[in-house]
Amino acid sequence: MRGISKAFRGVQALKGVDFTVRAGEIHALMGENGAGKSTLIKVLTGVHPRDGGEVLLAGQSVSPQAPREAEELGISTVYQEINLIPELSVAENIMLGRQPRRFGFIDWKELHTRARRALQRLEIEIDLHRSVSSCSLALQQMVAIARALDVNAKLLILDEPTSSLDEHEVAELFKVMRRLREQGLGLVFVTHFMDQVYAVSDSITVLRNGELVGEFKTAELPKIQLVGKMLGRELAAVEKVGDTMALGADAKTTGDAFLTAKQLGRKGGVEPLDLEIRKGEVIGLAGLLGSGRTETARLLFGADRKTSGSITLDGRATALSSPAKAIGSGIAFCSEDRKSEGIVPSLSVRENIILAMQAGRGILRLLPRRKQDELAAHYINALRIKTPSPETPIQNLSGGNQQKVLLARWLCLQPKLIILDEPTRGIDVGAKAEIEKLVDSLRREGMAILFISSELEEVVRASQRVLVLRDRKKVGELSGEQINEDRIMEMIATHE
Amino acid sequence: MNSAPSTIISRFLQSRIVWPLAGLALLLLFNFVFDRAFFEVSTRDGNFYGPMLTVMRLSVVVMLLAMGMTLVIATGGVDLSVGSVMAIVGTLTAFLAVKHHLSFPSLLGVAISVSLAIGVFNGVLISCVGIQPIVVTLIMMVLGRGVALNITGGSPLQVVDSGVLFLGKSFIVGVPVQIFLVVLVFAITVILCRKTAIGLFVEAVGDNETASRLSGVNARGIKVLVYIFSAVCAALAALVSIGDAGSVDPDGLGQMLELDAITAVVVGGTVLTGGRFTLLGSLIGALLIQTLATTLIRQGMDSAYAPVPKALVILVVCLLQSQKFRAQIASLIGNFRKPTS
Repeated sequence: MRGISKAFRGVQALKGVDFTVRAGEIHALMGENGAGKSTLIKVLTGVHPRDGGEVLLAGQSVSPQAPREAEELGISTVYQEINLIPELSVAENIMLGRQPRRFGFIDWKELHTRARRALQRLEIEIDLHRSVSSCSLALQQMVAIARALDVNAKLLILDEPTSSLDEHEVAELFKVMRRLREQGLGLVFVTHFMDQVYAVSDSITVLRNGELVGEFKTAELPKIQLVGKMLGRELAAVEKVGDTMALGADAKTTGDAFLTAKQLGRKGGVEPLDLEIRKGEVIGLAGLLGSGRTETARLLFGADRKTSGSITLDGRATALSSPAKAIGSGIAFCSEDRKSEGIVPSLSVRENIILAMQAGRGILRLLPRRKQDELAAHYINALRIKTPSPETPIQNLSGGNQQKVLLARWLCLQPKLIILDEPTRGIDVGAKAEIEKLVDSLRREGMAILFISSELEEVVRASQRVLVLRDRKKVGELSGEQINEDRIMEMIATHE
Repeated sequence: MNSAPSTIISRFLQSRIVWPLAGLALLLLFNFVFDRAFFEVSTRDGNFYGPMLTVMRLSVVVMLLAMGMTLVIATGGVDLSVGSVMAIVGTLTAFLAVKHHLSFPSLLGVAISVSLAIGVFNGVLISCVGIQPIVVTLIMMVLGRGVALNITGGSPLQVVDSGVLFLGKSFIVGVPVQIFLVVLVFAITVILCRKTAIGLFVEAVGDNETASRLSGVNARGIKVLVYIFSAVCAALAALVSIGDAGSVDPDGLGQMLELDAITAVVVGGTVLTGGRFTLLGSLIGALLIQTLATTLIRQGMDSAYAPVPKALVILVVCLLQSQKFRAQIASLIGNFRKPTS
């Protein structure tokens, strides 16, 4: 791709970007949120028409107008959200939209043969008749890849394929990626996980603010420099990001208990557990995907009803039977699922920020417009939210900025406890560091924080105490000096 | 990039009411060219008459329904029961006036309470029990028609109450009372939506209910509220409708009007999936539909065929509203121009 440009409603998303993928290589595409990764991919796959520049595929100029055309040209994509139809079988999903026909009817025999061949190419074995919903996320990902790889695929784009996979599944996926590389495919790998980039990719292209920073051989680019390139800061500044590592350590001053949960549990959710959160303390919840972290958070917020146990807030027993009540008692909850549980997509940044505050005031006492504008302006400034205007619909913002808007929604309530469920998922290094710093400064102000993250490193850095969960059970608690990644992993791994 | 001076114009061009307004303007232009008499206004006994006023008068009922329907649709729901609510309220008030000589205030009280009860029924089944809006209101639509027929045994009734007749037939300073009523209801609704948090909550719930609930918004309450409001609007529409006609036919009153109301809302620029809504757009939508109907009749179109062009115009307005469609048209025109320039 040469000199690609693209603008959306006055926002220049890409400025003359060059991007080259060779056959038989895994090429990582990296950049902060809003750097233009997604836009570049979408231009390449024909989702968006480009404003300028050209795309060459095997030396030929191409300009796909739709994803379908791109596929026919040999450019296949697997998106972050796996687009499969859960109730259909593996084979049907693989062949969806191009079912072989005989006399106008679907030729099932041929369909299964071709689906089997597609899976063989990835060297994985799945029962073709199984419904996709019964497969693990990793297997679903494989099915999506098998579906994307048509016979003539030359280029495979994987957009954040690992964000919902656990370590073992990621390893499986990498095996498949390497296999495809050996078959001479070019692979584009978009991700935020730096370790994964170094584990699997051959070269790296870095974008920043819609511009090309450069293309590098992975082996020749040290991690710290990559971070520097992505952030557009020189090494000294990058080390500042490293500073956050020390933030959690110097903390001793924690106040009285804000929230105490005794034998709190929910049938089918989490087994009864005890939990105490003090003012001015960050508690980490560590555990693998599905270990009951989010379920615990939802119980504390009243989003799910508890079936056992009790919750005491500031020494008083409280029911917390609904989110509204939890918010009223000073609890805020930033959900891990930004898209379906966080943002109200077509409402403006301003409206998204004031939503929870207005809900607390009720229907009649509308927050005066002047006050709304002030709040929006304050948080856009304080959290450095990148948006053309407070009136821009939140759906037009990049993931990291959406997350900041959601943080603003809760922070303006000045909660006593804020539950952050994967606050850094799918956002860039710079925003991650900003959020970690924010968490620490909130703690210093005396806020209690429940911090959930699947990146152990982050949990270790941020927390004064860590609760370890496994298979929907609390398996242990670490505090102060004891907190380190190895200990946590040990607890997750060895507990029976 | 958008330059600053033209913000008012560009904001207007981006607003949802542009396209229905454009459709309406086109229709009026058509009439201006082919049927100048359409714009004639005459006075009789100091009251204004003329095709334009008739159009407005005929749109009032759908306008009232459309205002309630707008809020329901904005929450992502739909209310199919409004036509039947009209039938129940219209028949019941006429019946009570004839048989029990109830005064107008009591009739109004009955109309409001009955519609309130139906709204609560719809709203609670939808938001608390979790049945789909289309199913609940469909049940109410069928049930309501039956109830209305049962009140009189199916036979038509005369409207005798002077208050109801005043609503439907009288004029104030030469303008039909109905038009004042619709303006009043519109003003109250806009104030309720935009000067309280109702508008924000309705849009938030329609756009992302889960996120709204997790932000502490009482999503259930909001949903019950919009169905109540829709039913009350239908009750007012019933009073206007029977007052205007002077009689009630329990079988025909409000028949199919729920669909006209939905059409008005959609043509007006509120999408069926919920979220952002525009009340003014819905009013323009209702006016557009009625202007079209009247124009067709005046052009000598057989009323049996009238729904066809009506459907076409609605299709065109809806297509114009689709950003995707506009982009495609723009690129088509662009392609067409390129070779010549």
